[in-house]
Amino acid sequence: MLGLAADRLRADMNRLLAFLFHQGILDEQFLQLQQLQDESSPNFVSEVVNIYFHESEKLLRNLRSLLMDREFLDYRKMGNHLNQFMGSSSSIGAKRVRNVCVAFRAASEHNNRAGCLTALELLEHEYCFLKNKLHELFQIQQQRVLATGVRYPM
Amino acid sequence: MARNGAVTWRRRTEKIESFDLSPSDTEEVHVLAVDDSHVDRKVIERLLRISSCKVTAVDSGRRALQFLGLDEEKESNGLDGLKVDLIITDYCMPGMTGYELLKKIKESSAFREIPVVIMSSENVLARIDRCLEEGAEDFIVKPVKLSDVKRIKDYMTRDFRVGERERGRGINKRKLRDSCDLSLSPPSILSSSSPSSQSQSPSLSPSILSATAPCSPSSLDSPTRRLKMTSSE
Repeated sequence: MLGLAADRLRADMNRLLAFLFHQGILDEQFLQLQQLQDESSPNFVSEVVNIYFHESEKLLRNLRSLLMDREFLDYRKMGNHLNQFMGSSSSIGAKRVRNVCVAFRAASEHNNRAGCLTALELLEHEYCFLKNKLHELFQIQQQRVLATGVRYPM
Repeated sequence: MARNGAVTWRRRTEKIESFDLSPSDTEEVHVLAVDDSHVDRKVIERLLRISSCKVTAVDSGRRALQFLGLDEEKESNGLDGLKVDLIITDYCMPGMTGYELLKKIKESSAFREIPVVIMSSENVLARIDRCLEEGAEDFIVKPVKLSDVKRIKDYMTRDFRVGERERGRGINKRKLRDSCDLSLSPPSILSSSSPSSQSQSPSLSPSILSATAPCSPSSLDSPTRRLKMTSSE
């Protein structure tokens, strides 16, 4: 019974990962993070990702409040936030989020307010999607731990 | 001239002479990692620890200088007990950039021998050249991978065994880079061959690269990363 549950969970996990890679939501940098997780650092990936979530939500809030300023749009500050967001997204392998940041930054460099608004909405959407999927992934992994005691290799 | 970077090596030979082969503090390299991004600090810390390095991670150039004892233009040889064997720093940081930090370190007689590695998410040749010319050991394009850290560590160990710093420390990287995308040519040609990246500010230059996502492999892939793949020395 336990063995079947473990197999099913592993299959679920692999299917989800395959989907995320295939859709370009994650890239090989995420695999690199997984490789850094072991018995000496058993929660490494979720720790990094949680820091990423925390930082990203702050950045998204800042970006939105910059864009809501009717009087003066600080494109330079937006660019700085976007650089940060791009950097951290690339460090965890969040490819699609990163690519939206790139497009967003291009719009801000052209002082294109409408383009920035569109990009921000897309960015928020992509980020939410990523967050949900990663939570799903961590949930499956938690269940795996409970079912088998296996946490790594992932 | 004091070679602080070679202290670990010297300590090792002293230990051998006195037949005190305790590996604990002679083997481990101590790296000072500088990055304003919390995510990146966490990752680089892990990459270094898993590569058997001791790590001190700080979030700014200022704090790095404080840790070294170089704060307020006051040079000091009294470190916190832990010699720094390598400094790895992000390029783009608010306040003091990695480039400015590099310059300050190379200007200090106490710390100029410590190898400095620059990390950057932007693959800009002019930036890479500038850092190498200022004395950076290596330039890593983010995201940083285990293979990047391993390469730096190997490079450091080899340097210690050789026992001397090459003065033109950019030479190895540049020569190999040349053989990757250009024919062997002197550095001046390399810098003049990228006028577009020089005339653009760092935030604009990726407008060319951005469509192809600079962090993924392309013909403009990081020279130093590429040389890692093509050279098996």
